[in-house]
Amino acid sequence: MDWLAPLSGGALIGLAAVLLMALNGRVAGISGIVAGLLPPEPLRDAGWRLAFLLGLPAGAVLTGVMLGRAVIPPPLLSPGGMAVAGLLVGLGTALGSGCTSGHGVCGLARLSHRSFAATLTFMAAAIVTVFLTRHLF
Amino acid sequence: MARILAALLAGVLLGAGLALSGMTDPRVVIGFLDVAGAWNPALALVMAGAVTVTFVGYRLVFRCGRPLLAESFSLPAPKAIDSRLLLGAALFGVGWGLAGYCPGPALASLSAGATGTLIFVAAMAAGLAVVKAVRANF
Repeated sequence: MDWLAPLSGGALIGLAAVLLMALNGRVAGISGIVAGLLPPEPLRDAGWRLAFLLGLPAGAVLTGVMLGRAVIPPPLLSPGGMAVAGLLVGLGTALGSGCTSGHGVCGLARLSHRSFAATLTFMAAAIVTVFLTRHLF
Repeated sequence: MARILAALLAGVLLGAGLALSGMTDPRVVIGFLDVAGAWNPALALVMAGAVTVTFVGYRLVFRCGRPLLAESFSLPAPKAIDSRLLLGAALFGVGWGLAGYCPGPALASLSAGATGTLIFVAAMAAGLAVVKAVRANF
C-alpha cells in the first residue's frame, strides 16, 4: 500500500495541532471545539471555533482539487444507521471528554494518562464493533 | 481577528491532512479496525505521523511559556482515569466502528454534501448537547 500519503497527512494533522497551540493556546480536539459552540455556552469565543470547524471541509476540498481526484466517498450506512452512529459519537466524546484528535493525537503527545486510557478504550470498542458487524452479523 | 484567522489556518491544515491521509474515506478507517479482515494499516501511519509531529512541536511551543495570540495555554486539568472517561470512550468507539467516522472526518466530509454525513453531524451535535445540558443542570 501507499504509506507516504497517510504518513504525510498525519504530519499535516500534527502541524495543525501544533499551530493551534502555538498561536491560540488551544488543544485541537474537534469534539471539544464543537461542544464549546453548543448551549448553554456563552458565545464569546465562538469565532475561532467556527473558523476552525469551517476550515475542515475547506481543507478537504482544497486537497481534492490539488490531488485532482475525489477524496470524500459517500457514507457507508443508511440514514438511520448514520443517526445512531452520530449520536453514540456525540454522547461518547462528551462523556469521555475527547475524540481521536483530542485524546488520540493531542493527549498522547502530552503523554496524558487519561488520553492513553481513552484511546485504548475507543480503539478496542471500535475493533469489537467492526468484528461484530462485519463478521458475525 | 488574528485568533480567528489562526484557527481557520489550523482547521484548513487539519482538513487537508485528513483528506490526504485517506481518513475521510470510512472504508479506510474500518479497514484498520477490521483486524479479522483485509487489514489496512493506514490509520496507524496517520496516528504515528500526527503524534510524532505534535509531540515534538508541543515541546517547542511549551518552552516559549505562552501562546503568541493568547494569555496562556488552555490545557485540560490533570484528573484521574474514571468510569465516565472509559464509558464515554467505549460509546464513542462503537459509533466510530459503525460509521467509520469520528468527528473530524465527518465535519470535513460535509463538503461533499451527502445527506448521511449531515445526519451524522446533527446527531453528534445532539449527543454533545444532551451530555452538556445534563451536566449543567444536575
